[in-house]
Parts: sequence; C-alpha cells; structure tokens
Amino acid sequence: MAADTVVLRATDVTKRYGGTHALKGVNFEIHEGKVTTLFGENGAGKSTLMKILSGVESPTSGTLELRGKEVQFANTVDARDQGISIIHQELSLAPNLSVRDNIFMGREILTRTGSVDYKAEDAEVRRLMVRLEENVEPTTLVSDLRLGQQQIVEIARALSVDARILIMDEPTSALSASEVEVLFKVIDDLTSSGVSIVYISHHLEEALLVTDFAVVLRDGAIVAHELADNIDLEWIVANMVGRNFDLGEPPAGITSGEVALSIENVQVVDPGNDSRLVVDGVSITLHKGEIVCIYGLMGAGRTELLEAVAGRTSFAGGRVLLNGEDIAGLTVAQRIENGLALVPEDRQRDGLVQTMSVGQNISLASIRSYVRGLFFSTPAESSLVKTQIADVGVKTSGPAAAIGSLSGGNQQKVVIGKMLMTQPKVILLDEPSRGIDVGAKAEVFGLLTRLASEGLAVIYSTSEVGESLSIANRIIVMNKGRISAEFDALGATKEQVMAASGESVAALDTNGTN
Amino acid sequence: MSTTQPAAPGLLNRMFPNGFDPLAILLQGRAFFALIVIVIVFSLLSPNYFNVSNLLQMSQHVAVYAILAIGMLLVILNGGIDLSVGATLGLSGVVAGWLMQGVKIPELGVAFYPSVWVVVILALATGAFVGLINGILISKFRVAPFVATLGMLYVVRGVALLITNGLTYPNLSGDPEFGNEGFDWLGFNNLFGVPIGVIIMIVIAIGASLLLNKAPFGRWLYASGGNERAAELSGIPVKRVKVRVYVLSGICASIAGVIIASELTSANPTSGQNFELTAIAAVVIGGASLAGGRGTVRGTLLGAFVIGFLSDGLVIVGVSEYWQMIFNGAVIVLAVLLNAITYKPKQRLATPSAPATPPTSDRAPDTGVGAAAGKIAG
Repeated sequence: MAADTVVLRATDVTKRYGGTHALKGVNFEIHEGKVTTLFGENGAGKSTLMKILSGVESPTSGTLELRGKEVQFANTVDARDQGISIIHQELSLAPNLSVRDNIFMGREILTRTGSVDYKAEDAEVRRLMVRLEENVEPTTLVSDLRLGQQQIVEIARALSVDARILIMDEPTSALSASEVEVLFKVIDDLTSSGVSIVYISHHLEEALLVTDFAVVLRDGAIVAHELADNIDLEWIVANMVGRNFDLGEPPAGITSGEVALSIENVQVVDPGNDSRLVVDGVSITLHKGEIVCIYGLMGAGRTELLEAVAGRTSFAGGRVLLNGEDIAGLTVAQRIENGLALVPEDRQRDGLVQTMSVGQNISLASIRSYVRGLFFSTPAESSLVKTQIADVGVKTSGPAAAIGSLSGGNQQKVVIGKMLMTQPKVILLDEPSRGIDVGAKAEVFGLLTRLASEGLAVIYSTSEVGESLSIANRIIVMNKGRISAEFDALGATKEQVMAASGESVAALDTNGTN
Repeated sequence: MSTTQPAAPGLLNRMFPNGFDPLAILLQGRAFFALIVIVIVFSLLSPNYFNVSNLLQMSQHVAVYAILAIGMLLVILNGGIDLSVGATLGLSGVVAGWLMQGVKIPELGVAFYPSVWVVVILALATGAFVGLINGILISKFRVAPFVATLGMLYVVRGVALLITNGLTYPNLSGDPEFGNEGFDWLGFNNLFGVPIGVIIMIVIAIGASLLLNKAPFGRWLYASGGNERAAELSGIPVKRVKVRVYVLSGICASIAGVIIASELTSANPTSGQNFELTAIAAVVIGGASLAGGRGTVRGTLLGAFVIGFLSDGLVIVGVSEYWQMIFNGAVIVLAVLLNAITYKPKQRLATPSAPATPPTSDRAPDTGVGAAAGKIAG
C-alpha cells in the first residue's frame, strides 16, 4: 500500500450552478491501479465531480493535478487525450448508428487514403466484445440492442480508448448478474495493468466487492474516506445518510380518517415495450391527513405509477378512486380540478416554465380561479402569488424574478406552491427532494407535515432511505413494478426498507460483505 | 439624445421592465433603435421620406405585414411556425372576389350577391378554416408544424388558382344595383386621416396584446410554448391552445388578404407570395424566440415597421430591387444573431442539460433507465 501513487488529485474543487452549490471544496484522490469508489445519495455531487474530472464541466474553483502537474481540461476530448475516459450513467450512444460506429465515434481509424478503415474497426470491436464476453456484431444498430447490451457498448467504447484513468458512473445499472461478473473481471484486469478506476454505484454491496478505496460524498462535500478492507455496509450507509439528518416525524393520530385516494390493482404498460408492465398490480389506500412514502430503486415503477394516477399516462388495468369517484377518463386538468395534484419528478422538464417569472410559474395551474370576465385580474393574481410565496417559503427577490435565478430547493417550492394553489385534497410528489440541499429538504418536508395536519393527503416517492423513514405514516416499498413490502412508521429500519427494495442485495449471487 | 434623456428612461423602463444597464437596453430595444436609425438615415437621404403623407402610406404597407406577423407571433410563441399565411392571404382575397362577382346557380337561373359584410365574414372564415386544418394536423396528428403548414401552403395556393382558373378578379367595387358596393372602403378610406388598414392593425395589436397579457389564454400560450410538458401537467389544455393559435393566425392572414384585395379592388390568386417569410422575419426582428415562449406584440409591431420602413425607404432612395433583397436579408440575419446573443445566457439556465439544479445529472437510477431509453428512442 505504501507504493501507492496518486495519479489524479482534485484540490478544493467547488462547483456552482446558479444559486446551487453542487460541490463545496472537495479534495479527491485517484490511486494508480486501484478502484476508488464514490458513495453518496442522489444529489450528493457524485456525478458533478465525475464530470469535472472527465472534462465535461469545469470547476468554479479549485485545481486538478494529473501526476503532480496542474491540468485543465477544455473538454472531454482533451481529457481523453490525457488518458481519462468516462462511462456515463445516462447512455450517450447514437441509436441510429452501428455498434462499431458508436465505439469509434470521433476517432475513426483511417486507411492511408483517408477513408474509414472498417476492417480494422470491426476487428477491434470483436476483440473488445470477446473481452467483455458479449456476443454483439460490430454492424448491429445500437437501437436493436437491449439496454444491458447498450451499456456494454458504452463500456467497450471507454475501454477502446486505452485510458489510464477510467471513470464508471453506474456502469451496472442495466446489466445482468453474469454481465456484472464479467465487468468485474475486466476491472481486475485493468487495475492489474495499472489502470486507475473511479467507480460509482447504487448497489452498495456489489460495489464493495471491487472497491479498494471508499469515499463518501454528502451534500457536495466528502464526509469520509477509508480503505475498503476497514469498512462494511453499515459504515457506508451511516456516512451516506448522515447522523444529524432530521426531516421531522410523522404527524400523529390519523390513518383512520376517511379515504382520500384509493389506488386499486393499477397496472401501467412500459411505453417503450408494450409487453412489459412497469407497474404491476399496485394497490394503495391513502387517508385524509396521511403521509405515505413510496420507496424504491430504479425501474421500481414509482414515477410511472404517480404519472398514471395524475393522468399523464393511462392505466392498463385497475382503477383509481378519488374521494370515492372513479377518475378514469378524466384529463390532467379535470383531475386537478377535482383536487388531485402531481409535483413531477423532474422539475426542469416537467415542472417549470423557464421562460416565465417566479410568480407566473406559481399561478400557472390556477389561472382560472382569478379570471374576472374575459381577463384575469392582475391584482388578484399578484396578491395570491405573494401569499403563496410566503406560505411555501420561497426565497426570491419577488414574483417578477426569473425562475432560473432560484436555487434548486426554491424552484422545487415554486412547483409545490403552484400545485398547492389549485387547493388539492390529494397531492402526489415524485422525488420532492431531488437535487435540493438538506436545509431545503427539511423545509419541504416540514411543509408536507403541516399540510397533512391540515387534512391534505400526501404521497411522496423517494430513493433515499433516510427520507422514507422521516415523515411518512406508512412506507410502501416498490420493487420491479410491485409492492414488495409495507411498513409502519415506527416498525421499519433502514436495512429492512433497503432489503425490500432490492438495493442492498447484490446483483451477484454472492453474500457480499456480511 | 440629451433632450430626450428625461423622457427616455421612463419610456424605456416601461418598455423593458427588466433592462437596467445600457447595453441590455440597447439590445432589448434593438428593433426600436433600428427603426429610429432607419427613419433618420432615410430622412437625410431623401426629402420625400419624412413627411406625414409618406409615413402614413408606408404604415399602410406595414399594416398588412404587421397583421400577418401578429398571427405568426402567436404561432411562434407556441413553438410552431405557419408557412401557409401568404397562401391563405391570397385565398381569402379570391374568396372575397368570387363572392363579389356573385354566386351564380345556373340550374335555378339565379345569382346571389351577398352584401359586403357577408363577403368579409366568409373570407375570414376561409382563413379560420385553413388554420383549423393546420391546428388539427399539428396537435392531433403530431405533424411537424413546418411540414403541415408547408403542405397547406401548396394546397391553399392551388385552391385559390383553381377558383379563378389562374386569373385575377379585376373589379371588386361592387354594384349599387346588387347592393354590394363598398368593398373598397377598407383599402381607400381614412378615419381621422389614418388609413383604415392601419386602424385595423392597431385594433388587432391591442386585441392581441390584451389576449397575451390579460387573458388566461395568453398565459397558457406562453406556458405551453415555454415548456409544453410542464404546462400540460399544470392542467393547461395544450392541444386546444395549439389549435386556436393556428386558427387565429389563419384569421389574421385573411384579414390581411381582405385589406389587400380592397386596396387593389381586385383579387389575385398569387397575392401574398413569400409574405409568410416577411411575417416570420418581423416576429424575429421583434425579439421573439423561435423556440417558443418569448415574444411580444410590441416587438413584433416594431419588427414589421423596421422591415416596411426599410424596404420602402430603399425604394424611395432609388436603390435597385436586387440590393433591396440583400439589405432585407442582412437585417433578418442580424436580428437572429442578436436574438441568439440575448437569449444565450438565459437559455443556458433554461435547458435541462445545464440545470440550475446540478443533481438532475446525478439522477436517481429510477429515471436513469427511463431517461436513457428515452434518449435512445429519440
């Protein structure tokens, strides 16, 4: 271990996006020929840090040293030329091109006459596929591959660069157990030939199998780092979630009230594949004033369930009763009118209109309520908006401020405020804490608790176990489209919830570190 | 400039409530300043430019473009484009001309001569109908606006040529005998010395401004043009908004068509050729974003005046037609360039890939697959 050399060192790296602090002075080292694994919850800053190390983004402040020499990456090509390659969490392949063309995109092998040397490229692709033990022809279109194979292609592309530092951001998210096994073998090969690897995964136990150094990020700062030999799953979870993580407690004395929303045996079809159900027979009964948390991992079907209930997509089966009435066939607008509101998961894409001001965003869903005759009343709008801004606690210079000037947490409060202005009886929040800092998280959860005590029925989804164990009266765990477990607020532990979601169960058939 | 200084800040503040620093004001008010520069330059070059009668005459030319452009603005705010307005303009004129000639039914041996009001209303209905088809194609059948309206451009122009058999209806002044005279009133008369066409433009501009700023529909339009998914999830009837926008654009086109037919007291099936491009240019010069969600009636009006006053000025000064084309083209490119500069910093914040909330990239795996699959599918 003493012979360890640090190949890449990030010193005091910070990154800001608008008002948001994504990284707050991170010091990070990559050791030669070792696997350094980054642990952290969503929004902790893992991907941001990896983007900086691979030249996708440049840091707001701080320095990068490659083998002791300070470097700046102009872009990913620059970083690649200096031996750093990244496998992105979200696939970055061109589906209309072949496997071969994707792997050699931007750095095609040329013949002497300057045309592309397909023969040489094909040979190289075959060699890579043998190494990854995947049977994929070089000329197959990427769109014809299943997701796991696409991820393999992504990995093959990173390998083909002969990088000295290889960053893998969730490389196994779509891989089968045997594919993961092959990947780990490849990682072993790489490290023994001196390649340094940075590894990120939500599958904690699985990640521990390949890790040499563990680093835990929380809220944009590194909170712990340790040799893998000295740690276990509990150490990781404890550091990821943090000790002083108090999001409040469930509001007391409800659950026996009248039923506000009844989801009965709902099925939703995968929009990309008609024969697959992403939500398969889910039933949830939600009472007035109750808070229910849906916890689950990727592909668990949380978003699909909530979007179908809100009316964005349709069910394949089952029914939903809102205050005892079937809402099948109602549009999103009609459901909102009847008191059912959704705060979508991706507020940039589905929640906010970036070209409009804070005030206009807040009043967007409830314009009808202050129309006087043909036109709406501007004074009525602005007084309602001001009340709402104060009520949900948006920190802004005023209703006329640009929506982009707000931090993530305040943007989220705008989206929540917008839907609350429609005076819902049931509110669905899909990952309400995504990408907001701990302070804002606590405020949002405080708001939900208050609203529930005023009689609102709340469902929120999360992929952070700490959040599921905070304000919810009940925790429903979803796994692969089904409800895999249901817990009372007091009866659950982190380990139980995570186990039910399939999170801590390694994709490999090994027993991990326990 | 020093004499106007006291008035300017108040005016500018009202016009550009978000602009504080001079560069931003200059950039925001670029259409306004361009118009002033155009007026000053041509006034210096020609004694015939800056006088009431010429300004009114130029405004009459501008009115047609401005009315088309306001309709186009609504479509562009929605993130679409309407290439069929020039053809719709021509068809509406032809429909008006056809009705003015009298509707003859040979089997019965009778001919109807509808009164001018009926003619105008039916001409406008023609535009609304074309717009409705556009809207349905685009919202219900998800045809790209560019393609749908390009197709309609040809269909509508073809229909106009079919009706007249390629000829022009030469005389729309009507006949007192049939009680249908007065069609030329629109194009020839003045109210308080202002041509009727200009007054119609002003009325439409005020109406559109109220619609955009005071009516729920306007807010819905800005929202669905800015982010259709978010608008839909906020309960906004995005499809209905889309259909209506194209209908309104079609109506604006036929109003312009009726005005032109009235001015010429004749209906030419090829009139309005390439006007859609002028209308788009006016909207863009007026600072609207072709991506949707940004733009004002005020800016679009200024854009129409910039184009109209520039091309009329070039004619008055005696610049050759070929040079006029080059000048007009250059102005459009310059306007788009300036739009790109103004919207760039905001746009960066606005795009989901450069988020104000970094962790969208550090997404939970739950959408990881969905998003990745979406990318691959898209």
